Amino acid sequence: MSKLLQEMGDRALQLGVPLSAHIDLTYRCNEQCVHCYLDHHDHGEMTTTEIKRLLKEMAEAGVFILTLSGGEIFLRKDFFEILECARELTFCIKLKTNAVLIRQAQAKRLRDLGVESVQVSIYSHRPEVHDAVTKVPGSLRRSIEGIRFLKSQGMKVIIANVLMTKNADDIHGVHDLAAELGVESTLDPTVSPMMDGDRSILNLNAGDAALHKLFRDPSLIGNAEEFCVPPPAPTPDSMDSLPCSAGHTGCYVSPYGELYPCVAFPLSCGNVRQQRFIDIWRNSEQLKEVRSIRLRDLSGCSQCVHGATCTRCPGMAFLEGNMRGPSTADCQKSYARTGIPSANLQAKKEVPASGRLIQIQLVPGFTGTRLGHPATLPVQ
Amino acid sequence: MTKNIYVARSSRIAARKLGEEMLVMSARDSTLFTLNATATILWQAADGATPLREIVEKKICPEFEVEEEQAQRDAQSLAEELASHGILLISQEPISNPAREPVQV
Repeated sequence: MSKLLQEMGDRALQLGVPLSAHIDLTYRCNEQCVHCYLDHHDHGEMTTTEIKRLLKEMAEAGVFILTLSGGEIFLRKDFFEILECARELTFCIKLKTNAVLIRQAQAKRLRDLGVESVQVSIYSHRPEVHDAVTKVPGSLRRSIEGIRFLKSQGMKVIIANVLMTKNADDIHGVHDLAAELGVESTLDPTVSPMMDGDRSILNLNAGDAALHKLFRDPSLIGNAEEFCVPPPAPTPDSMDSLPCSAGHTGCYVSPYGELYPCVAFPLSCGNVRQQRFIDIWRNSEQLKEVRSIRLRDLSGCSQCVHGATCTRCPGMAFLEGNMRGPSTADCQKSYARTGIPSANLQAKKEVPASGRLIQIQLVPGFTGTRLGHPATLPVQ
Repeated sequence: MTKNIYVARSSRIAARKLGEEMLVMSARDSTLFTLNATATILWQAADGATPLREIVEKKICPEFEVEEEQAQRDAQSLAEELASHGILLISQEPISNPAREPVQV
């Protein structure tokens, strides 16, 4: 994240503005990925009219960065109608898709509509591995074709990979494929629990050996010595720090209108079908509770040596049963990175078997520039 | 004396007011800009139909204590800077439909 975007995030936090939002337009999908955390059945998606009204309310509330995702967004027949509405409201649009349904015409339309970036899920450079994850023969070929169509229109594309047992040997292959296609790539060493709390898919996690190797691979994480350095002791400032932007400057809305702090934090804070977006954002008791939590309030974590540097996900903690408690998966991650067990793991006397890891951004994102500030026109 | 020019916001940007500032992102290269209060007034008034001189005279000068000729020169300079980043279009004629930029591959 650029320094300027960080500054704008700080400003949004001060002003109570939801700078970014994520809407899943559908949970339906044309792939059936083994690690997916969603129920793909349609339980009554928002209509075109409802989504357009939500977009207008989000724009009025100050949402700037809007991620449209799914499920597979191109399965909605009204997708381009929704996208056109979003662009008329001047959102910065990021899309997440498998690109299987993107051909030349769709790519051109996305480009003409000024979409900022398109993230495409790729799990291996080998069809037999990728297609086994998606359970759709030919899906890797179709996704790569989609990426090429997007690139032919000059679009910014990001390949998103998830580390699992099935594809642990293909991390560099995907990285090289991204380079060949001229796109960025990210790797999430995380398999998240199902949104309903079912944790059975966590057995797809790659395991200690793969994680240890990943954390010490300079081509993926840069300077391994710096990355794996033991954590500094928490300071009074860090005790007052916020865990992440979930519910503070960002939020998520499901295809059924439920508003959560984040896609990974399924705490229902209200439904945009029954209440205005801004009313939920400002008045939800659940969001107020999320916003009240500081590191010093967390049982265990406030005394943990990793407290100041841990990437503790409040959503994962919530799914473990306590949003003020530790996220064991993140404890395991800190342990895998530094070799030092967290307070939570010590209390449980657990030896980590797998870990939820931070997302590794392989290529820098936004650049930023201030304009008008040094102008000679008087600034009020 | 500044030229009489027309200015229009590019269609390939994202924008949102945040406090007194305007966030603008270029879809061309994902560069993020922030405009201060003065630049924001100019940018919001850039409808392609109103001459820049009129924007300065009616929107900017009433808001700030500034000599008009100086404000006109500064506004033109600012418009040119915004245009150089591809987030504003400048023309000698009214701009009815912000032009699409060429594909950058």
